[in-house]
Amino acid sequence: MSFVLNNVSKSYGKTTALKNINLSFEKGRIYGLLGPNGSGKSTMLKLMTGLVFPDEGTVMLNEEPVTRKSSEQVAFLTELDMFYDGFTVGETVDYVASQFADFNVEKASRLLRELNLDSKKKVNSLSKGNRGRLKLVMTLARDTAAILLDEPFSGLDPMVRDSIVNSLLKYIDFENQVLIIATHEITEIESLLDEAIAIHYGEITAKEAVETLREEQGLSVLQWFKQLSIGIGE
Amino acid sequence: MGEEFQASKPIYMQIVDKITNEIVQGKKLPGEKLLSVREMAVQMGVNPNTIQRTYSELERLNIVETRRGQGTFVSDNTALMEELGRNMQDEIIKSFIQKMEEIGVDKRHLVRLLQKYLGEGE
Repeated sequence: MSFVLNNVSKSYGKTTALKNINLSFEKGRIYGLLGPNGSGKSTMLKLMTGLVFPDEGTVMLNEEPVTRKSSEQVAFLTELDMFYDGFTVGETVDYVASQFADFNVEKASRLLRELNLDSKKKVNSLSKGNRGRLKLVMTLARDTAAILLDEPFSGLDPMVRDSIVNSLLKYIDFENQVLIIATHEITEIESLLDEAIAIHYGEITAKEAVETLREEQGLSVLQWFKQLSIGIGE
Repeated sequence: MGEEFQASKPIYMQIVDKITNEIVQGKKLPGEKLLSVREMAVQMGVNPNTIQRTYSELERLNIVETRRGQGTFVSDNTALMEELGRNMQDEIIKSFIQKMEEIGVDKRHLVRLLQKYLGEGE
């Protein structure tokens, strides 16, 4: 499994979302895509799952260009809430399972149990935290080559954040999967990451192995990111 | 879950220190099996690749050994484990003396201060 972005640029009308992105991702590693709101993180994830396409450059998944069909190999947790309110949790699982051939129902029910989600509850009666957990279950239960998470922690309390981190560590298949987390909440994922990628105004400003940062510069990812932001004049 | 880590030291080394401490304190016994890489990763709230590095480093230091297909175990070489404890004591004493010297306490004075502190008057 490999993801390669080669000289990728993307604009929406006159607004440039991404400029000349060159990146590659390998299985068995966890990447943090770190940047403030509007830096281009979501656009990059959408390019990788075939929801938008580059104006220039190529996005390759396993040496094939990413198309709309690539969603079969990529599980994507979006910032949007995409549930049918009238469904119960159980019906939601059945529905998602009917849409994705790789959906692992057994894994989904284990995750529901561990995250204390009641299958009989209506989705519209769930708290915000439980909706966040349910989104994660739907994403992690798919046996895909890549898992992309867009702001998985936004608006969730620390307990929910911890349980999400816990499930990630338990259920990611490190032999076969790559995990990419886009977020501006760095503290939450600092200790999970192999690599940190900083993105500002649509450009990659730096990329470092997290342990190397500590070893050679004595910096946590958050400190490193703040220094970069100061350098850029934010 | 989740430990707090310092920024200035690699996370894998901080976990090496933590496990070594537990062994010296007798919280982990010679021959005891450590958690699997994945279990330890979940417990510490860190990436499994980090734990893999921790275990490799502990193995390089002969503090643990990996038995094929069985897992990672605390070394049952008791002589070595005792030495580990002594090394740790030495290190703490050395840094203590160094700090005292930095603030101008000479060795004789230092001994007197220690005795007084421990309630063992001359």
